[in-house]
Amino acid sequence: MKRRDFLKNSLVFISGAGVSMSALEWLDPKAVLASRPEVRWAFLVDTHKCVGCGFCVKACKIENDIPLQANVTRTWVERYVIKKDGDVVMDSPKGALNGFTSNKIDQNKSGMLEVADEEIAQAFFVPKLCNQCENPPCVQVCPVGATYQAADGVVLVDRKWCIGCGYCIMGCPYGVRFFHPKEKVAEKCNFCYHRITQGKKTACVQACPFSARKIGNLRDPKDPVAQVILNQRVGVLRDEYGTKPHVFYIGLNKEVR
Amino acid sequence: MVESLAQMVVHGEAWTVKDLFVLPNEYVYWSIQIVLYPYMTGLVAGAFVLSSLYHVFGVEKLKEIARFALVFSFALLPVAMMPLMLHLQQPQRGINVMMTPHFTSAISAFGIVFMTYACIVGAEIWFVYRQFIVESIQRLENKADRGSIDSLLLLIYKLISLGARDLSEEALHADHKAVKFLAGLGIPVACFLHGYAGFIFGSVKANALWMTPLMPVIFICSAVVSGIALCIISYAVFMEIRKWAAKRNKNFLLPDRLVGTTDLSADHLRSVQTHEVKMTSKYLLIFMTLAITLELLDIIFRGYTAVKSWDILRDVIYEHDFTKIFIMQYGIGNVLPFLLLLIPGLTTRRACVACVLVLFGVFMMRWNVVIGGQAFSLSFAGFMHYHLPIIPHDMETFKEGLGGSLLVLSAPFIIFYFINMIFPAFLEDKSH
Ligand code: SF4
Ligand code: SF4
Repeated sequence: MKRRDFLKNSLVFISGAGVSMSALEWLDPKAVLASRPEVRWAFLVDTHKCVGCGFCVKACKIENDIPLQANVTRTWVERYVIKKDGDVVMDSPKGALNGFTSNKIDQNKSGMLEVADEEIAQAFFVPKLCNQCENPPCVQVCPVGATYQAADGVVLVDRKWCIGCGYCIMGCPYGVRFFHPKEKVAEKCNFCYHRITQGKKTACVQACPFSARKIGNLRDPKDPVAQVILNQRVGVLRDEYGTKPHVFYIGLNKEVR
Repeated sequence: MVESLAQMVVHGEAWTVKDLFVLPNEYVYWSIQIVLYPYMTGLVAGAFVLSSLYHVFGVEKLKEIARFALVFSFALLPVAMMPLMLHLQQPQRGINVMMTPHFTSAISAFGIVFMTYACIVGAEIWFVYRQFIVESIQRLENKADRGSIDSLLLLIYKLISLGARDLSEEALHADHKAVKFLAGLGIPVACFLHGYAGFIFGSVKANALWMTPLMPVIFICSAVVSGIALCIISYAVFMEIRKWAAKRNKNFLLPDRLVGTTDLSADHLRSVQTHEVKMTSKYLLIFMTLAITLELLDIIFRGYTAVKSWDILRDVIYEHDFTKIFIMQYGIGNVLPFLLLLIPGLTTRRACVACVLVLFGVFMMRWNVVIGGQAFSLSFAGFMHYHLPIIPHDMETFKEGLGGSLLVLSAPFIIFYFINMIFPAFLEDKSH
């Protein structure tokens, strides 16, 4: 073969191979599964049903070994009182561990605020927990990868690897994270991962006497929670941060933050 | 349920006072050590930039202070890591950042950038002092009655000379070129190092006060300001000590005697000092103007665009933190020293007073960013007040209290004292 022919042939071969190779894509089975896994956990809160009893908070603390009296909690309930003059006051004493037993609104250092019944236009409760964001800033900012997202959407913390820098606590726009008082590492709600992966409900869902809380699988069309989220008008918290939260609320109004 | 009291107090609770509606898990998690972290990193970067002004741009007038700034920057280096370690809840795992760096995080590459920077500073010092090291080895070897300190020094010098004892014309010229190159390379890396510290804050989208692309630039400018100011003060103070010692013929382990340059007169020292301090102050003024302009631009822009968070930010800036921001940071920390430096007939003493104020101002700036950024709740409806723990009652309140911060603040001077014995920062410059 002449040198010229050799070069020519090689060129043809390379371009031909290049075209056919480009049709192939390296498929990582993990990536394929992650892009559309069978499970994507989501949470549904019906604010109309919540009465602020705080059973969920207590159940959560016991289930997940957070000291009851420590002033941190994986889930909490907020009370919103909207007055006729448009003022909004809110509180969540001890995260509503003991429920809302007083009419007075806890304003921390500013003391207890009394709102007369006739001044109130509406009042309601909003339970909060980790949103298991699709685009979680807490995972993004963790310098060691101790906070990570499972394929089913739940964001988890590796207690053995967390260095306790607190960057994720700063990065979460929902104030969900805190330092575990005993473990001294970042801690947050993980939808009771140890339970849901075994087919059980989360501790809070199980404890709620009024079914204000529900958990389900968004990928399962027959799942009642998925059906509500797909077919009814639901809202999410603070979507302006681009986090794509996966805790959905029925009856959310603009005062809730 | 019986639980020990220690478990009740969660991290942050000891120094946070909540007001109005604050979410249950919110506390001032990033406290004094995180204020000190950008402050110390800033000083390192600033001191280095000052030394580079002479080495790269050949600003002859900064000759004396440049060498001092370089050595001081080296002494500050290990201290930049200290606040981070004191802040971590699991300090023994700090090394994890190197083992599994998660590169989407602004903190993760810090170790790498920091090490690169440390290598550059270390190498630059080596080239600057190579001639001195070799000469010291020769001098000490020829010395008949070597004391134990002399022998130790000789050993150290022999080790750090790395066997490179060539003092020929070409070799010294090569040293000179290397210094220039490293100083030049160091400037962008120093800026990157510190801009990066700014990015750690600027990129937190959950925090309305921090999130601005200006943050890294603001941090770099204030870093250079603080670095220069610290160099001026330390330079003046160390010179003062030397003058005092020169008069009384004492040496306090300062290396002038050790290296054999005992021909120091107090008058000579005074003239060098005044000259250097005056020159450096000019550069300080330039960088201060830049820093203040950027910071004001940031506030004005926020007020003008007035997005959702502005309501609470305005409360924090103009009410809760008004004294800290406008009186302590801008007034005492910026305007006052600015005027002090501008008034003609600058004396060393006035420059030093101005520099102390500048350092205070930059510290307040870090404070107002770090603590101020956590002064309001994510609910935008409540506030958190931070109380620095003064008297520690456990390890945590010591580490993240007055004790821990004083430890960090004093460390560079102690380190400098020892490094100065090996690399005398006040050596009269002959070659470079
Ligand atoms: S709600 Fe907060 S902690 Fe939960 S996934 Fe989103 S950012 Fe992370
Ligand atoms: S506190 Fe732990 S989980 Fe959170 S960012 Fe730091 S290392 Fe990661």
